[in-house]
Amino acid sequence: MWSGFRLVSARPWRRLGRPHALLMIALAAAGWIPLVGAESRPSDSAEHWAYQSLHSAEPPTVQVGPFSDHPVDRFVAARLRSADVAPSPRAPRHVLIKRLSYDLIGLPPTPAEVEAFVNDKSPDAYEKLVDRLLASPHFGERWGRHWLDKARYADSDGYEKDRPRANAWRYRDWVIAAINNDMPFDQFTIEQLAGDLLPGATPMQRLATAFHRQTLTNTEGGTDKEEFRVAAVFDRVNTTGAIWMGLTVACAQCHDHKYDAMSQREYFQLYAFFNNGDEANTSVPKSVAAQSQYATLKKQHDAKVAALESKRSARRNALLAELDKHEAALRAQLAKRPANAVAFHPITFDKLEASEGVRFDRQDDGSYLVTGSNPAKGQYTLWFKSDLAASPGVTGLRIETLADKRLPSNGPGRVQHGNFVLSDVRFYAATTPKLDKNHRVALKSAKADFAQDNWPAAAAIDPKLDTGWAVGPQFGKPHHIDITTTKPLIINGTAHMQVVLDQQYGSQHTIGRFRVSLRTGSEPNDGMPGPIVNILKGDATKRTAKQRDTLLDYVASRDKSYAELSKELDALKKQAPASPNMTVRVIAQRGSPRQTRVLIRGDFLRPGDPVTGGTLNVMHKFELRADGPTVKLGGDRLDLAHWLVDPANPLTPRVAVNHVWKHLFGHGLVRTVDDFGVRGEKPTHPQLLDWLAAEFIRLKWSRKALIKTIVMSQTYQQSSKHRPELAERDPENRLLHRQNRFRVEAEIVRDLALSASGLLSDKVGGPSVYPPLPAGIASLSYANNFKWNTSKGEDRFRRGMYTFFKRTSPHPNLLTFDCPDSNTSNLTRNISNTPLMALTTLNNITFVEASQALAKRLVSRAANNDVDRLQHGFNLTVARDPAPHEVESFSKLLETSRSWYATRSDDAKKLVGGYQPEGVSPAEAAAWVVAARVMLNMDEFLTRE
Amino acid sequence: MRSRQQEATERLAAHTRREFLNTSASGLGLAGLGAALTADGLLSPRTARAADAIAASATNPLAPKPTHFSPKAKSCIFIFMAGAPSHIDLFDPKPELNKRHGQPLPKSMLDKVRFAFIKKDNALLQGSPFKFAKHGQSGMELSELVPHIGSVADDILLVRGLHSEQFNHHPGQLMMQCGRGAFGLPTMGSWLTYGLGSESQNLPGYVVLTSGRGSSGGATLWQSGFLPSVHAGVLFRGQGEPVLNLKNPAGLPPELQRAGLDTLRDVNQGRYAEVRDPEIASRIAAYELAFRMQTAAPELIDLSSEPKHLLESYGVERPEPKGKGGRGKQGDTYKSFARNCLLARRMVERGVRFVNIVYASWDHHSNIPNELPYNAGCVDQPIAALIKDLKQRGMLDETMVVWGTEFGRTPLGENRSGKREVGTGRDHHPFSFSMFMAGGGFKGGMTWGKTDDIGWGVEENDVHINDLHATMLHQFGLDHLRLTHRFQGRDFRLTDVGGEVVYEWLA
Repeated sequence: MWSGFRLVSARPWRRLGRPHALLMIALAAAGWIPLVGAESRPSDSAEHWAYQSLHSAEPPTVQVGPFSDHPVDRFVAARLRSADVAPSPRAPRHVLIKRLSYDLIGLPPTPAEVEAFVNDKSPDAYEKLVDRLLASPHFGERWGRHWLDKARYADSDGYEKDRPRANAWRYRDWVIAAINNDMPFDQFTIEQLAGDLLPGATPMQRLATAFHRQTLTNTEGGTDKEEFRVAAVFDRVNTTGAIWMGLTVACAQCHDHKYDAMSQREYFQLYAFFNNGDEANTSVPKSVAAQSQYATLKKQHDAKVAALESKRSARRNALLAELDKHEAALRAQLAKRPANAVAFHPITFDKLEASEGVRFDRQDDGSYLVTGSNPAKGQYTLWFKSDLAASPGVTGLRIETLADKRLPSNGPGRVQHGNFVLSDVRFYAATTPKLDKNHRVALKSAKADFAQDNWPAAAAIDPKLDTGWAVGPQFGKPHHIDITTTKPLIINGTAHMQVVLDQQYGSQHTIGRFRVSLRTGSEPNDGMPGPIVNILKGDATKRTAKQRDTLLDYVASRDKSYAELSKELDALKKQAPASPNMTVRVIAQRGSPRQTRVLIRGDFLRPGDPVTGGTLNVMHKFELRADGPTVKLGGDRLDLAHWLVDPANPLTPRVAVNHVWKHLFGHGLVRTVDDFGVRGEKPTHPQLLDWLAAEFIRLKWSRKALIKTIVMSQTYQQSSKHRPELAERDPENRLLHRQNRFRVEAEIVRDLALSASGLLSDKVGGPSVYPPLPAGIASLSYANNFKWNTSKGEDRFRRGMYTFFKRTSPHPNLLTFDCPDSNTSNLTRNISNTPLMALTTLNNITFVEASQALAKRLVSRAANNDVDRLQHGFNLTVARDPAPHEVESFSKLLETSRSWYATRSDDAKKLVGGYQPEGVSPAEAAAWVVAARVMLNMDEFLTRE
Repeated sequence: MRSRQQEATERLAAHTRREFLNTSASGLGLAGLGAALTADGLLSPRTARAADAIAASATNPLAPKPTHFSPKAKSCIFIFMAGAPSHIDLFDPKPELNKRHGQPLPKSMLDKVRFAFIKKDNALLQGSPFKFAKHGQSGMELSELVPHIGSVADDILLVRGLHSEQFNHHPGQLMMQCGRGAFGLPTMGSWLTYGLGSESQNLPGYVVLTSGRGSSGGATLWQSGFLPSVHAGVLFRGQGEPVLNLKNPAGLPPELQRAGLDTLRDVNQGRYAEVRDPEIASRIAAYELAFRMQTAAPELIDLSSEPKHLLESYGVERPEPKGKGGRGKQGDTYKSFARNCLLARRMVERGVRFVNIVYASWDHHSNIPNELPYNAGCVDQPIAALIKDLKQRGMLDETMVVWGTEFGRTPLGENRSGKREVGTGRDHHPFSFSMFMAGGGFKGGMTWGKTDDIGWGVEENDVHINDLHATMLHQFGLDHLRLTHRFQGRDFRLTDVGGEVVYEWLA
């Protein structure tokens, strides 16, 4: 026997390393480092500045240099004066318009816009420009993308399989629209965290909850669903903590927070809110137009259907009037039936079993509707007793899978599209209740009314579990499979029987409503169904209204004119206008709430004490809404959302204005934009931060108003030129002695090049697109399971934010420029500077195409001289005219290129590609491609100054 | 044969490099910046030094950095066998398991474990169909599937008692690359270039080479997480241009690339003179490095200078074997893997810090008797050749070669159908697995750790992935507790909250 068996090393100190553990304890004892645990958290963490109420200081009355009396400027001026540093002058107008255009809409200003602004002598020229840009539909794209970083938005599931997520882009559209409509930030918060819980929630409010549906989904084989559900809930808690509170709550997942005022218990109080929001699907209108068009068409169609239905019901009434006559004919037919004709007898089960949580609800027609939990696979074990096996015995089974409005896509299966796979049917019978494999009834053949390609009826009785019977694409209608026994099953007296419906395909391909019947007899019958036979054989005087209707239905189905009307009606119904809705993935409150427990060390297999919803003790009071349905659970996501945007909450507005500030200055007033905790940096301008936070609330959480407030300040409008004399005193510009320069984000790098060259599509919103991708990238995804079908036409030139984002294999143009991988929430992008970036903007097909188009644009100018063209190129890219040394350098490049291509026309044509302008030689056009390509790589173009 | 264009590019690159170094002190006048401004009377000498420091750090984030203590290794070739190869069939012989082939495990052992696909109630132990033999002076026992690796047994350190917490592939692969089965974290190569910088002037510091099918983790296996993208692995590709976007647009010769970059530099330097932002200098440097890479990368992948016997020893021209290999095969996998091993040596020679060779997939849930020989045959010869080649060149001491994976495979046979029968595959097994290392200051001919009689749990000297990482960093002169990066308030490290250096491994 082997000895010493254990799963893993069970020495906890080993993970920390014993010597280090001992050292840590020694240091803690000496008071040098905090020891882990609630009691030992720094005692001042509750007094930490970020948890304190907003400080309502009046802006100081300090005037420095060119600064105005704008409140922002007064706070900044006070700091500058105390450091004895003068602010920088206002940037020139062409820099200001470029800066504002990059910051507010992420596109370069056109030369005409620059000229108009530079020459606008009105005192409110700048303000008009700001207002114009804030009203642009591209504002929602620019600031929506900032939000999508936080929302970890992507178009695929993540993890190994990383399947595409249909319609994920609807959430992106929601964000763009909300920001363009300037949805107040408190409402923006509430709808995304708890839109489904709002009274009378609209489809768009439900769609907003897709914010927390951006978590990853692991469909790798053999995963524990609960493990990854818990991982997704953790992510929701951590993301919420990071975005609204600026706190690294994730640290308290496994233990009390080492540094910040948060216990593990408090973490799981937050967790409780999200633990009862489940992943769900909902329908949203494809568009407003589609919806109203649908309403009109539906009305017309419904009228036609009603007319036909009334015609048919008139015919039915006529048949009812002469029912006796038809019944007599049926009796005559029945009398001629052979004794051993095939007949089917629906079974009422004594017991139905499946995996935990699955329920079977018996329906009036003898079928069973499957409800409750919806596991990936199913094994329905059905017990019953029957006398029907008496000689001549049972000859088979019929299994009907029935449509039902309560099932997805009307069934018959439980998976989203309504399919199922019946992998195996097993049939047992004996005289005693104990059934085992010795009582298995051998089955011979199986026939179905319809079977999907490669999923034939016979596969439901073969020994293989990876084959089976399925019915795609015929969903939403009843089907049946007839199975015969190898020989008649004969058991005299009451037989105990069991039918097992094994459904092992996975991903919820299980049957949603079914009826099982025993088959007796073997001679083909006349097709008269069992229930009709039973009614006819029964006592006519005791016939119920329902039985009469069943009989009448049967008579009608055999009536020629009624059948024709039915056929017509079916055909008409097929022409019903298509639904104006589409399915999107969202979060919805769970019907029967889960009891949340603290998970010991964050391990989903180790539940501890129960907890109910709650927030952080160190913060303002958490209150349940009066009419909330979940008082017992300590509230729900809506209560949490209200708490987050409660004016008494100082964190949410501080964190939110800091995010905005960061996008307008390159750094936050709190430089650690993702950490407002004890370990984060203190604000460089605490009073300004608080003033802005209070102002944000006063402005009714208007994002646009807040942005306008900031960009109207002289602080924002300062020149971004570095001041070497301050390199030592303020190397990181914490005093805000100037604006900052920083390279634009990955998507914007693309947008700028396409825009300057005139290629960019200005279409806002819609499904993701597939711009050219180098070969061999898509195949890096798992088992080569992903194909990239490059978009054509306008979609080839959409803004970078619309590029399909596959989590395990994102477009390299995005990743190369520090685009976050969207697996976790991102609050601040890196800005690095690498040779791969240079190679991308020099040689990548998108940028080469932009160079070609820009060259064509320049060469097609009316004025046929280099200086004019160079000027226009600079106007398009850097919003200014070139300096003499720049003209000289570019002229030299043009000359070198011209002389190279003069004798190499083939190379010239290659370089010009599909963008050969009229009236010039390929060599001339190629020389301009060389020059245009350099313009698109200028630091000034790629940098927000 | 090198093309005319290639030669022209090389000539130009050499010229630029000279000019670059001679005319502007370090890089593009960065050290010169402070001095120039001082000369202009704009700065005090002290302030000038501060400006220089800012400029230098902004210019090259990959500049070599000092280590915590004296390093043994300078570069690492990590051979990542994605999908979890069976330790029981390759590195960890279990005669007792073979004896118990077809027997069930006691129920008590199965109660607390879970599997991806095994139906535990009916699962049976499954011995290895492969023979093991002793190799080298140390008598290291290895499977008949890896005879070439056997021939370098005295140079390798075989670790048999690794374990992980991650049970599924993608999280498991992240665990091995990042020290924790979570997203958003830097990978090993990122940490190394972050801690050490890069020795290469013309190539990225962290390179990735792939063979076979796409792995479960895809590009997340060489992500830089919260570190800047300069620390992300750069994928060298088997087809087309070796690095994405390396080739100039069609019709644009190196001469005009150079001329264009000269103009770009003029303009950018003009901007720099005006706005004095060191980031501009950094951008100029990045464009120059890109230009040098345009020469260096094609030269790197051009194997024409390698002698024939060496190409043969790696098996660069080996044909694909006949027979099965579905899980580890995509295209000419044998050639591609061998070539990647040889490329790894050439990269390390040229100063690349970390080469990650990814080969997928070893996820043998079925058909081990056919599929495992295919995969093992693919990697055995080239890896042994790489170790010998490095040793012969005197590079093995400073180059750490690591053969690793995300977890092991079950001693139980996989019975996905639920039948009580021995199968042909094995399920996921994070409780014990094997890896091996060579060079980099590790002992050769040593077997470390011991699993129990059936290869299930670790009996002696268990090693967590965090311990492995801690020890690897140690060989690079880095203390894993001190190599940290503050992100969202926490000082992250490659070893998460664990890690203990295994001093017994060190030569």
